[in-house]
Amino acid sequence: MALKLKNQGLYETRYEHDSCGIGAVVNISGVKDHSIIEYGRQILLNLHHRGAAGADETTGDGAGILFQIPHEFFFVECEKAGISLPEPSKYGVGMVFGLKDAGLRERCDRILEDAIAYYGMRAIGWREAPVRSDCLGKIALESEPSIRQVFVDGAGLEEEAFERHLYLARRRAERLVRETFGEEGEDFYVASLSCRTICYKGMFMARQLFAYYPDLEDRRVKSALAIVHQRYSTNTFPSWRLAQPFHCIAHNGEINTLSGNRSWMRAREPKMSSGLLPACACPHADRGDNICDLLPVLSPEMSDSACFDSVLELLVRAGRSMPHAMMMMIPEAFGLKYHISTDKRAFYEYHSAIMEPWDGPAAMVFTDGRLIGGTLDRNGLRPCRYLVTTDGLAILASEAGVVEFEPQRIKRKGRLRPGHMFLVDTVEGRIITDNDIKSKIARQRPYRRWLEENRIELRGLFDAPKPVQSDPETTLQRMRAFGYTAEELKMVLTPMVLDGQEPIGSMGDDTPLAVLSDRPRLLFSYFKQLFAQVTNPPIDPLREGLVMSLMTFTGRRRNLLDETPQHCRQLKLPHPVLANQDIERLRAVNRADFKAATTRAVFDADTSDAGGSLRRGLDLLVANAKKAISDGASLIIISDREISESKAAIPSLLAVAAVHRGLLNEGLRGEAGLIVESGEPREVMHFCLLCGYGANAINPYLAFECLEQLQRSGEAPADMEQTAAADNYIAAVKKGILKTMSKMGISTLRSYSGAQLFEAIGLNGPFIDKYFTGTSSRISGIGLEEIAQEALARHKAAFEIRAGGAMELEFGGEYHFRNSGERHLWNPVTVSRLQHAVINNDAKAYADYAVAVNDQSRKLCTLRGLFEFIAGEPVPLEEVEPASEIIKRFCTGAMSHGSISKEAHECIAVAMNRLGAMSNTGEGGEDPARYTPEPNGDSKSCGIKQVASGRFGVTVNYLANAKELQIKMAQGAKPGEGGQLPGHKVTDEIARLRYSTPGVTLISPPPHHDIYSIEDLAQLIYDLKCGNPEARVSVKLVAEVGVGTVAAGVAKGNADEVLISGHDGGTGASPLSSIKHTGCPWELGLAETQQVLVMNGLRDRIRVQVDGQLKTGRDVVVAALLGAERFGFGTAALVTLGCTLLRKCHEGACPFGIGTQDPQLRSRFRGKPEYIERFMNFVAEEVRRIMAQLGLRKFEDMVGRVDRLGVRKAIEHWKARGLDFSAVFRLPDTSGGKAIRQTNGQPRKIGDNLDWEILEKAKSTIENKQKILIEMPIRNVNRTVGAILSNRIVRRFGPQGLPDGTIEVVFRGSAGQSFGAFLASGVTFRLIGESNDYVGKGLSGGRIIVQTPEGSPFAAYENVIVGNTVLYGATGGEAFINGVAGERFAVRNSGATAVVEGVGDHGCEYMTAGVVVVLGQTGCNFAAGMSGGVAYVLDEAAAWGGFDTLCNLDLVELESIWHEEDKKLLKDLIERHLHRTGSARARQILDAWPDMVGKFVKVMPMDYRNALQRMRAAEHRDTETTPATEEVFR
Amino acid sequence: MNRGTFEIYDMGEIKGFLKYRRQDVGYRSVGERVLDFKEVELPLTPDEIHQQTARCMDCGIPFCHGAGCPLKNCIPDINELVYKGRWREACEYLHSTNNFPEITGRVCPAPCEAACTLSINDEPVLIRHIEFQIALWGFQQGWIRPKPPARKTGKRVAVAGSGPAGLAAAQQLARAGHSVVVFEKDQKIGGMLRYGIPDFKLEKWVVDRRIEQLAAEGVEFEEGVNVGEDISIRYLRKMFDCVCLAMGARQPRDIAVQGRGYENIVFAMEYLTAQNRRCAGEEVNGNGVVTAKDKVVVVIGGGDTGSDCVGTARRQGAKKIYQLEILPRPPQTRPPDTPWPGWPRIMRTSSSHEEGCERLWGVMTKNFSGYERRVGEVHCCRVEWSKEAGGWKIKEPPGSDFVLKADLVLLAMGFLHVEHEGLIRNLDLKLDEKGNVPADSYQTSEPWVFAAGDTINGASLVVSAINSGREAAAAIDCWLRGA
Repeated sequence: MALKLKNQGLYETRYEHDSCGIGAVVNISGVKDHSIIEYGRQILLNLHHRGAAGADETTGDGAGILFQIPHEFFFVECEKAGISLPEPSKYGVGMVFGLKDAGLRERCDRILEDAIAYYGMRAIGWREAPVRSDCLGKIALESEPSIRQVFVDGAGLEEEAFERHLYLARRRAERLVRETFGEEGEDFYVASLSCRTICYKGMFMARQLFAYYPDLEDRRVKSALAIVHQRYSTNTFPSWRLAQPFHCIAHNGEINTLSGNRSWMRAREPKMSSGLLPACACPHADRGDNICDLLPVLSPEMSDSACFDSVLELLVRAGRSMPHAMMMMIPEAFGLKYHISTDKRAFYEYHSAIMEPWDGPAAMVFTDGRLIGGTLDRNGLRPCRYLVTTDGLAILASEAGVVEFEPQRIKRKGRLRPGHMFLVDTVEGRIITDNDIKSKIARQRPYRRWLEENRIELRGLFDAPKPVQSDPETTLQRMRAFGYTAEELKMVLTPMVLDGQEPIGSMGDDTPLAVLSDRPRLLFSYFKQLFAQVTNPPIDPLREGLVMSLMTFTGRRRNLLDETPQHCRQLKLPHPVLANQDIERLRAVNRADFKAATTRAVFDADTSDAGGSLRRGLDLLVANAKKAISDGASLIIISDREISESKAAIPSLLAVAAVHRGLLNEGLRGEAGLIVESGEPREVMHFCLLCGYGANAINPYLAFECLEQLQRSGEAPADMEQTAAADNYIAAVKKGILKTMSKMGISTLRSYSGAQLFEAIGLNGPFIDKYFTGTSSRISGIGLEEIAQEALARHKAAFEIRAGGAMELEFGGEYHFRNSGERHLWNPVTVSRLQHAVINNDAKAYADYAVAVNDQSRKLCTLRGLFEFIAGEPVPLEEVEPASEIIKRFCTGAMSHGSISKEAHECIAVAMNRLGAMSNTGEGGEDPARYTPEPNGDSKSCGIKQVASGRFGVTVNYLANAKELQIKMAQGAKPGEGGQLPGHKVTDEIARLRYSTPGVTLISPPPHHDIYSIEDLAQLIYDLKCGNPEARVSVKLVAEVGVGTVAAGVAKGNADEVLISGHDGGTGASPLSSIKHTGCPWELGLAETQQVLVMNGLRDRIRVQVDGQLKTGRDVVVAALLGAERFGFGTAALVTLGCTLLRKCHEGACPFGIGTQDPQLRSRFRGKPEYIERFMNFVAEEVRRIMAQLGLRKFEDMVGRVDRLGVRKAIEHWKARGLDFSAVFRLPDTSGGKAIRQTNGQPRKIGDNLDWEILEKAKSTIENKQKILIEMPIRNVNRTVGAILSNRIVRRFGPQGLPDGTIEVVFRGSAGQSFGAFLASGVTFRLIGESNDYVGKGLSGGRIIVQTPEGSPFAAYENVIVGNTVLYGATGGEAFINGVAGERFAVRNSGATAVVEGVGDHGCEYMTAGVVVVLGQTGCNFAAGMSGGVAYVLDEAAAWGGFDTLCNLDLVELESIWHEEDKKLLKDLIERHLHRTGSARARQILDAWPDMVGKFVKVMPMDYRNALQRMRAAEHRDTETTPATEEVFR
Repeated sequence: MNRGTFEIYDMGEIKGFLKYRRQDVGYRSVGERVLDFKEVELPLTPDEIHQQTARCMDCGIPFCHGAGCPLKNCIPDINELVYKGRWREACEYLHSTNNFPEITGRVCPAPCEAACTLSINDEPVLIRHIEFQIALWGFQQGWIRPKPPARKTGKRVAVAGSGPAGLAAAQQLARAGHSVVVFEKDQKIGGMLRYGIPDFKLEKWVVDRRIEQLAAEGVEFEEGVNVGEDISIRYLRKMFDCVCLAMGARQPRDIAVQGRGYENIVFAMEYLTAQNRRCAGEEVNGNGVVTAKDKVVVVIGGGDTGSDCVGTARRQGAKKIYQLEILPRPPQTRPPDTPWPGWPRIMRTSSSHEEGCERLWGVMTKNFSGYERRVGEVHCCRVEWSKEAGGWKIKEPPGSDFVLKADLVLLAMGFLHVEHEGLIRNLDLKLDEKGNVPADSYQTSEPWVFAAGDTINGASLVVSAINSGREAAAAIDCWLRGA
């Protein structure tokens, strides 16, 4: 493995992601046959498109297969090698990847053999596994290991014990190799060592696996079961050992909480013991019952899946069954909204006191050689479909149709539901259903009773929060000591108290990073939240909050490998915020097995050695915590209540991190829970950080006192109950924490806790390593000394005597500009000079502006302000590329028509089109009228059309009129969250363009529901390229640590461009905590992206764009040198049109007619295209002047030239001088001719699409609208069928397409993903068979019929026929589905009509228009966020609670069908369903119509009904001239 | 409870500026007000004020505060507090940046309103008058009280001059615990506030009230003492740790044309001072006898001082008043050469103008003629302005000469610099090319001598003087603590 991943520059290996296709196949009766291996191979080959290839296009990211030991084969082969094998199960086989170096390999072999002997077994021989290296790709070949098999005699051990001993031996060998050889031994890897299973894997593409290992093609190789895996990695250096399956599992997904899981595993290790795992006699053992061969359970180089596998294996070997261990590690959601048994709920609750969930998207297949199964995480974020044949075969895979069977042979089809498990026991020879498995396990011990008797119940201990007894005299003084500002009270706390909501803001962030600020900033502000983008989806805390939980257990933890009633003797908290009363009660608890101790988190304030004083304070704090534990405390309260003039508070985050880390290092962290009692935390971000670095609960006592202060001052109404204020505040904090967790794709606080999902900006290495171990901090910065100084500055300001007349609290100025407050890049000078410049075409004024901005940033507002150019031989200005060419690289930001007015939106489009540059539609669709040029030649059509998670107005016509299609994965101001458009901005016109309801707030889903992983993104890119084969596709990401690897994945996913957005970008509406605390500056994200793309040899095929508060030519040049080729301007463009940063867009109150839809305000719009043109010209001219100075004539010569950037000498700033940019300026290795800018394009991958064939056959139709019927077979590898066809139709005939039924295509088989995507009017697709995910994505008027094949033995309405996320963003057309659909059926449907015979969870989510009829069962959370359209559901579930228990009733009402209108519509639709599909279900219903109609329920969104009524009323007013909408948004 | 409370905490009213028009302060009727020297403004009612504060948008960048107000008054915050009826805090907030809001609330030309975001395409928020009302209410409620320092530093500071800069500096220094003596060469404390601004804009009890507050905070006043003449520099040096010069910029700009020597051609400030003394019942001497009663008055200079002369002359019973301005008549709306958020050169009509006068623009005075020692005619011509390479050029169109008959000519053409005679000369301070006292962070070429206000900047607004006084005080405080 010559190519090893090393951290370099901004690249860190741990941010690698992967994702994949998985499959499992089993003969239920346990009959072994080679066909099982063969099926495994078919699965892999048919999942090929879910994997990825590296830069050389021949090296796969990894593939493998795990199956039962083929005794028959090995017996013969070993004979040949002179090894005589005992009976099956009396010997084990190890698959060993060895070192290339023979000598070292030899020594490793000895270690392994000795380890085997150590545990009483015997290695009886080695077999060289035959391989065909010639089939490998270049990169894989360079890292190819030696591959051999070792055979082990079990010495009579009984099978379970044998398996356990092999496990111990393997772990011992791994440990000893690691200890003996260190890094040199890294390549020694035991892929499997078992008496039951064996694993063949490597760095392959699927087809190479079987070519490489001839064993697999040998017909004597037989197994009753197999699991297979195909990997898609973001990097091109995947190593052989990272290929899957691992020892027990294959995983498709990502464990987001890995860092927390690792810490908590470490915390549990000291207490681990098991009677099944014998004591180790090795001399290192420092305790009697040690199992030190197993420690550490997790090593740093392991991937998330490997870690999961390792822990799962440990739990299983220590005695839990594999399903039991799975249930512990990936528990399903067990909140009250779920229909599950009390015992099962108790099981999960009990285990949550033992282990936190391993959270993140996960489809897992697992086997122990006898049982084989699959499970999905609670969110069901990966697809998993199964089928059972009549002859006893079960196949489970990421997609349906991976193995083809005749319809008659299929007994059952289904999908794994969120949190559910599918299990086959090959010994018992049966499929065990989810409920059977779980009920049995949940009742194997009396978990419920254990819980009831032991858990420390909240209600006994605490009541609702009571009024705070505070000391108002000193409240303000203490607020000063903790750095409270007047602005914070007004803009952050007041809305939380009054509304129970986090405050919303707009227009991004233009203040300095904490490390560049002159003001003493809280330690919290040096951290930025990480968020999920592409590789795993954010969760939707608003609409899908039922899967999330803030419940935690805290207290003393016990032996992981055992279960006793005492395990749940812990404090159960419903959420982590403790009221002031609560903490007093906790302090008072004193029971033998449960008591709390308080340690003081303060340090001496009277000191000249601030850093030393803080260090002493911290040491004392940690020592006291340890002492408290030895005194028997199981809760430690870290308190700064006792600050005084001489004692300053240790920053609470530092205090908790130090104690958490200190206890972990001593092996004591499991002994006690940590509770922070501090005056410092008040914002959501503060709570998240404290939890993320180890706090189990937080009491923000001063924040509560502050609420009193607000009431005293009259800010909060005096008649508001104090407890109500506290409740609201807590509610807001809870929502905020959920939202923050959800951004990272994490569902439970238990696994968020300690997971450190942050990156630091401006903190130095030693400081991070000591207290925040493992957190990324890439540009170094300040340390303990400066942090102490900042803390003391606040402290002293609080206690010194202040000059008369000064206000009690400083204003702050973080959000709004104030002269005495924080600096802002947009300030009176820059805004007014820029406006003057563009209005009067005044180059001098622009120069003033540019100097002010560039100087501001030199005054340390931005990282780039610290950079300087390294000059070259200047060239004459005339020789530099003209401005008109440079401008073509400029675009404007994605600002939707909706967030900004029509006038502003069109003005920008016209300007950019005149310049030959591009504007961006944003996430709001576009009026088709704009596709026709104006009489004067201007065009209002945006070059870039955005596709975001809301899919507003994304029709095939929209796609067809784009030059570039941009997939918005995240937005700078609020990565991990969906766009928001407040209801008052949703006018009639906006609603029409977005296919939504006027006056109803639009919040886009946080994830794209068709992108839960990198392979899904590749799929959407493919879809869009089909939707417009001539357009380029770009992907918008937000800068954060690890964005480079994501960008590499994007490049591999065939995108033409990747956009890196800075964290500071503008927004029309976003929670303030997101604006301030998420993402990082583009300088870092861009540099990392450039480095990783170049390293991977991918840079030549993808263009890089950057945006985020770009304002001047200097900004452009800095970005170009760091690697950008295109540049986006958002806020600056708005300022040229009159914006003065009122930051009122979210209120729609823009007095300049920009960020508003109010006609009265819009009429005030005075912007002109010329203003933007002038601005772009000024910027380009500034770029040219700098280029001339640098001696560069062509723009492209600048791209990626980081060698021309340096850091300004003599940075005097007391905080900034510690920054180190060497990683940013690192020139990536370009050996082998790796490009540093885009020189080629992406390979064209839509050439083999089925549509070309259809187009060929339908040629005459496209010419002259002749009707045609085409028949053809289809397979799961045929993806996105219909999109290219539709594109050609709308290009020829316009958005109205063809007359209904002009083209009909009949397909037979299993269709691939995105079947019928963007299907245009006039096309009917009839699929006889089944389909995968995303059927009818963006349906644009066409008709899709999916019907169960004739002769299928099962009942169609009980079987899954289409996958997840059907009709996502459909704007028109119809779908008739003759079977059950997966999760999120008709999500964001905005116009299609559909009939389906059953749906999974979250049906009709976010729907805004259209009609859906469900003729069968629904999953939970139906109609969440549904604000328009109607659904009719057959409610047969009345017996067990009825449909209303499954429906999310937040926005909708359920009605009976009694209007004739409704009855007629419903019956008509069902009749059509019958007519189109021949559905037996439809026939049944119609046959008994009078009885059945009463069983239907109508799901009606309340806002929709109101809007309909309003519009109807307006229509009736004949003399009324006001458009209906005015009333709507008023 | 979660709904409906939105407007309580949110700034003003969303779109309040659409709902309510700007309502300017009213004036007493012309017929009534010209009969006396009492203040002419009529305050708005509390309801009206509430509506006016609702127009404030709480801008993300408040240009009123960041670009308009020299004092950096936190205008959005203050408006918000008034809107919510939290007058006391508004009063406190206002005083945190402005020592004399009751004065600026009366006389400030309100550059904040010119910078108000609403002024771009609408009418600005009524900022100045809201300030006035807060101060009014604050005094009525007794919230504005002396704030003597908790402890004294033992340092002594002399302040020369008792105009807005001197008083602001004195108050800030006294509150920081220093012992402050204010020296005023005139009979009473107040400087330009007392003698420069006519009573119809600022009645003098307003100034007296503030002076009482300063006295209660420990500031000592020495009236009728000309520092540097009556008190030697050596004495000053000995008795005080430092001195702050705040003597204004009283040297008026003169006109050097034939006939300037006639005795009824007087400087505006002499004329205004005399009337102020008369109103206060002080003794008036020398040129003080000058009155406009039954005279034809020609005011030369189109600025605020000129306007004050117009109002004063009208009240004295002038027969006819002309006001001449050399610059062309400004446009009604903001011209591109004075872009927002700066102070626009637009046509302004003051209450005095409304009371009757003829305003002439683009007029240059060529010479005076008269009989014996008294002027009889002002000889003028039209001028035309054109922009050329070196800047603006003026041209006299042939045949544009004309003559105005005049019984009294008032010169209101602005001020040059601080008066150099006396203290400045005796301190031997360096001067800049304009004749001002240059100061680096308010410290002059003599380390123990600080300066503030018009003395260093040349003539400017009252707010600028207050701001300068505050900043000088901060610099002095810092210097004294360090020393």
